[in-house]
This record gives sequence, C-alpha cells and structure tokens, in this order.
Amino acid sequence: MARFPKPPEGSWTEHYPALGTGPVSYEDSTSPEFYERERRAIFKRTWLNVGRVEELPRSGSYFTKEIAAANASVVVVRGKDGEVRAFHNICRHRGNKLVWNDYPLEETRGTCRQFQCKYHGWRYDLEGALNFVQQESEFFDLDKDAYGLLPVHCDVWAGFIFVNFAPEAEQPLTEFLGPMVTDLEGYPFDEMTARFGYRTNIAANWKLFMDAFQEFYHAPVLHAKQSPQKYSAMAQQAGFEAPHYRIEGPHRLVSTSGVRFWEMDSELVKPMEITTRSGLFGPWDEVDLGEMPKGVNPAHCDPWGLDSFQVFPNFVILLWSQGWYLTYHYWPTSHHTHVFEGNVYFLPATNARERIAQEMAAVTFKEFALQDANTLEATQMGIESGYVDRFLLNDQEVLCRHLHKEVADWIAAYESVPEVPRP
Amino acid sequence: MTRLLPAQFADLEPYAQTWCRRTEAERWAVRAASSMQELADFYDAAFPRLEAAIEYCDEHPLDALPDDVGRLVELVHSVVMVSMAVEIFGQPKTVDSADAVLHRVREPRP
Repeated sequence: MARFPKPPEGSWTEHYPALGTGPVSYEDSTSPEFYERERRAIFKRTWLNVGRVEELPRSGSYFTKEIAAANASVVVVRGKDGEVRAFHNICRHRGNKLVWNDYPLEETRGTCRQFQCKYHGWRYDLEGALNFVQQESEFFDLDKDAYGLLPVHCDVWAGFIFVNFAPEAEQPLTEFLGPMVTDLEGYPFDEMTARFGYRTNIAANWKLFMDAFQEFYHAPVLHAKQSPQKYSAMAQQAGFEAPHYRIEGPHRLVSTSGVRFWEMDSELVKPMEITTRSGLFGPWDEVDLGEMPKGVNPAHCDPWGLDSFQVFPNFVILLWSQGWYLTYHYWPTSHHTHVFEGNVYFLPATNARERIAQEMAAVTFKEFALQDANTLEATQMGIESGYVDRFLLNDQEVLCRHLHKEVADWIAAYESVPEVPRP
Repeated sequence: MTRLLPAQFADLEPYAQTWCRRTEAERWAVRAASSMQELADFYDAAFPRLEAAIEYCDEHPLDALPDDVGRLVELVHSVVMVSMAVEIFGQPKTVDSADAVLHRVREPRP
C-alpha cells in the first residue's frame, strides 16, 4: 500500500544494510550488567544535552543537572565574561555536593554571585576558581589555584548546551552532531521562549521510550481513543507511513506528512480543536518564522507534519510544521527506570487567543504521552520476563532498530580498546 | 460574595471558585477528583461561552490582564483540560493511562 516512494533497495531498512531485517533482542533493555556497560561506553563518553542558553539569561545564572547514568551532578553557569561553563558539583574540600537547595538529590536553578559550600563555607567564583577558604591558615601548603571546581567539557550549539564527561572529548560537538543535525542552525530556537516543561519517572528502560517516539506505527492504534471515532477509524484503516527516514552517524531522523485538520469535516475533529484552532499538531494558524534552514523538512514533504531528530544518545528535537518545537530527554536511572523530560516551546503568545491555542497543544501532548508512558511499563514487564527473546520490527520501525544497534556498536568499540583510567 | 470573573460572564461565576486555577497541576488535580457529571456540567455551561470569553480576554494586553480577566483565562484553560474528558474519554482520567503520571513543572504565565 506504499503511499510514499521507498528507497531503491525496496525499504528504508535495507537502504541501511548494516541494520539487517531479522528479529531483534531487547536484552539491552533488561540487563543490569548491560546498563553498566552503557554508562561507561556511552553516558560517560559522549555529548549530552543538558538544557538551553535561555535558562542562563545573565552572568551568575546557573542550574544543576543530575545525570545518574554518568554518576554525575553538574553545575552549569554563565560566567562574568558571558561564557557558559559546566563543573562537577563537588566541593574540593571534603567532597560535599556544592549547589543544592532543600534536598541534595533535587535539581535547582537560580542566580548568584558565587557558590558557597554549605559545609565549611568554601567559595568559588562563577568561573570555578576557589577564592575563599574558611580559616585558610589552618591548612597545609594550600594552593587555592589548584583547587578550583573540576570542569566538565561544555559546548553550545544553536543555543543547546552539551556536556561531555570523557577525560578528553573524542570529537568536537559540531563534528559529533554532524551535518544532518547542524543544518538546523538558524531555526529560531532562541525566540521560542514560551516553554511548557514536563517530567516524570518511567519504569522502563530509556531506549524503550525512545523507541516509542521514534516510530509512529503505533499512533493510529495506541492513540485511537484520543480522536473522534470516525477519525480514528480512518486513521487505523490507513495505517502509518512516513515519507522520509534518514540515518547519519549515530543520529536519526523521521519526517512525517501533515494533516490539514482545518480543512476537515467537523465530525473528524474535536469541538475544542475547532474553538481553539489547535491540537496535537499545534496551533492551526501558521506563524511566520521566516526562511527555514536547509535541515528542516529535508525531503520537502508537502504537506509536511514534523521532523523528529533523534540525537544520540538520549536527546530528541522535534520540529512541527506549525512553527513550534519539542525536546525530549531520557535520563537512565537503572536498567529498567529512567526520568523522562518533555519540553514544548512556542513563540511567546501575543494575546490570550494565542496563549489558549498553546495551552490546547500542550494539554493534548500530555494526554498522548500518558498513554505512551503507561504502555512502556507494560512493555518492560513483557520483555523482562525473559520468556520471549526475539522480536519483530517493520520498516516503519527502522529507527528503533538503529538505536539498539548503535548502542551495541558504541559498547563494542569502547570495550575493544584497553581500559584507560577514568575519573 | 466577591465576584471573580468579569460581570459579562456572571453565568460562569458558579464554576469560578473550582476552576480558576493558576497552574496546570491544580487543574489536573481538580479534573481527576471530579465526577463525570461535574465535568459535563462545567463543560456544557462554559464551552458555548468560550469564543465570547476569548474575544473578551483579547481586549487586554496579555502581560497586563486585570485580575478578573486573568481568572477568565484560567477558566478557559480549565475548559480546555476538561474537554478531553468530556469530548473524547468519557471518564476524568486519560483512557489507557493506568497509573502513569506526567508533571508539568514549568509553564508560561499567564
């Protein structure tokens, strides 16, 4: 029934022959031992997005990020010179966690002139230098210059702040991201400051949630009860096909075609969608974002729906044709749990009507995501039972296949070189 | 009793105490704790008034809404949230969500 042309090999999956077409194992999502290998080979070794520069509007703005998979807590701060830096969130005196509020495990953010340890009052400036030691003369040959905060590699691309815990980053950030991702440079991420943030703990491996959002084969079925019955029936009958998939290095992309809800019969849309002129795909009234960078809608789909960029390992940038974007982060906390963060970004509303349309899109996003989240826990239970060890993936699930292979490849590459001392 | 909404929306005043909520987290909690009858009553009363409410709110700059107009925006946000239950799910909770939760931890104000 192919509605869109497939690559000459006959399928997207065969277009990338290293992926194979056979059944796959999800032992990588159920094994505590495998998770430990992932932590070493991936989360302690590659670039991880921890936020956006808009979260650090001025000198002294900071936030902390807990990254359990790298066994790390970082402080990300804008210095007096305007530079964004990251440090291990550890006081150099006795190892106390430096920046936290009421509970040391909770992330925090704010603005300060310097960081002061709650334990003995050591102080660090915004560039990480140790500049005050309580009763300094009691110490022995203390060289304060040698005890600044331990830096973490930090770089910024298109306003997205990344950190890397490797002793030396193996690739510069933009080289790691590669042209498929960096061709998004110029998209007005910096103007989309109206942000709706979501967060939850998920009782499933992080890759399983990535899988849930990197295929849309599930959408007409799992989300059937999110739409008027007539629409759901049509959607299920049609099934899902994406017009374009692309894999480049460790990253992957799916583009989908658009749906013109505003041209549809009223029986096919929710009454609230008609009133607010908004829904899952975002506000119906187009916003003018100017000329798009070449990385957007790379297959020139018309009508175009969205581009979902799956940035290795655990970060997603999803651009909607209606002029807004989402990010997802999946932060592993064990082999079968992770923290999910979803952020929805719009241009700031200029009136109540626009604000209400954004609310409708954000509320609808949550309703869908709750169904995905619940299903994941059921999936984890199913595969973790261990009774079935081979599972099928179709051509619309090509990106799931790639993620699991890429994770395995990173581990194999890492483990093939002799162990080097790690921090 | 103190009026919470603009006088033109006095007919929605009986719902204001319950549904004028500053945050999504509060609105979500009220939806979850309500019966389907309560949600349907609110929706039936408020949905036909939405277009008028949005037009009324739009007469004021979004960053300088008088208190009663700000509460009217909050009430509209609540109708949006309740519409999911009334128009689609037929139950207060998201269908097929079991015990999954997703917290909105930040949002634009208003």
